[in-house]
Amino acid sequence: MNIEKLSSAFSNVLGLNGDKITDDLSYGSLGWDSVAHMKIIAAIEDSFDIMLETEDVIDMSSFKKAKEILTKYGIAF
Amino acid sequence: MNVIEKLFEYPQYSIPFEEKTNFLLKELNNLTAYHYEKCVPYQNIIKTIYHNNYGNSKNLSEIPFFPVRLFKNIELKSIPDSDVLKTLTSSGTTSMQVSKIFIDRETSLLQTKALASIVTSFIGNKRLPMIIIDSETSLGTASGMSARGAGLVGLSNFGRNHFYALDGNMQLKIKELLEFSEKHSGEKILIFGFTFMVWQNFLEELKKNNIKLNLDGYLIHSGGWKKLTEIAVSNEIFKEKIQEQTGISKIHNFYGMVEQVGSIYMECEQGYFHSPNFSEIILRSFDLKPSNIIGKEGIIQTLSVLPKSYPGHSILTEDLGIIHGIDDCKCGRKGVYFTISGRIPKAELRGCSDVYALAG
Repeated sequence: MNIEKLSSAFSNVLGLNGDKITDDLSYGSLGWDSVAHMKIIAAIEDSFDIMLETEDVIDMSSFKKAKEILTKYGIAF
Repeated sequence: MNVIEKLFEYPQYSIPFEEKTNFLLKELNNLTAYHYEKCVPYQNIIKTIYHNNYGNSKNLSEIPFFPVRLFKNIELKSIPDSDVLKTLTSSGTTSMQVSKIFIDRETSLLQTKALASIVTSFIGNKRLPMIIIDSETSLGTASGMSARGAGLVGLSNFGRNHFYALDGNMQLKIKELLEFSEKHSGEKILIFGFTFMVWQNFLEELKKNNIKLNLDGYLIHSGGWKKLTEIAVSNEIFKEKIQEQTGISKIHNFYGMVEQVGSIYMECEQGYFHSPNFSEIILRSFDLKPSNIIGKEGIIQTLSVLPKSYPGHSILTEDLGIIHGIDDCKCGRKGVYFTISGRIPKAELRGCSDVYALAG
């Protein structure tokens, strides 16, 4: 469930099909640029009703990393 | 741990000057050698001006440098075209030609991390509701981004619930602004904007409409004083009027440039810009000799360990500055602290043009 929520936060912002959202997806590819990054962060915060710290916003450089970071906020995958 | 990792490991402004200089010297020598290998036009500069003497500088002032305007004339990059993640351009208001800075993923991540390390040391790690004194349309696209867009996006990482306070015609969205300040009343907020726009499109508009806000938090601004000097607004007046109209008392200017994104120089509570862990300034006289004498004005050269995808680690700016001291600012931060006193007068550019003529 959580994985679908996270996946759709990325796919909605990047305009990609869900199957493109894999652990390998990383900053700098498939339209994930600095502007998209802000939107992804906002989408994640809305979907999970959390507030990410600056450090985590900066560190979120891949989809895999996003899962790791969200785990710190009590979200299990 | 390599030098860059160390510079990230230490808290900002905590490294005594001499120790930091040794770190920087090592990394900047490495970078000079790296770009010499990877960037042919840069190699030509080193061959022509520095007679191939590079990579073993004993002082920061010996690190090869070139005038910043060279970025307007030639494409300097140390990566294959396929690795270019985004191209930053200078605003280019005074000249038809714009600087082009080529950023890859690695350099981009370093810049973002460095900026975060510097800014969070002032405002903390909690992202604050943020008012951006600009229009969302100024962002552009990330692949081709202006200096202004890069600044907006870079600073946005420190905020949440971003509110772009200006519409497409650069008019203040007063109704939404009042709603925003109502919604976040009692919270610390962050305002970011370019200095002149903060004054003209925000402050003057609030005054004109007799609106006093009761905000708490920070204003971070940048972009230079040229236009404000013309209308006789000093930093002191700027701060005083902002506080009067908005309630914000923590106001920090920063000195930075599109050629060295990330390693910015933040203004402290005493009104001085401070060199962060990742960068340093050197002053030069008009004959380009180093002139790091406290209290004496000189042309600012900026050194930064972040530029990996382009040879921008040591550049001579067209700004004049004064170093006021080292390691002993009353604010408690270590390192060099300085003020900006203006731009190089046009007639004095010859010294730099000579270097440039050689480089071409």
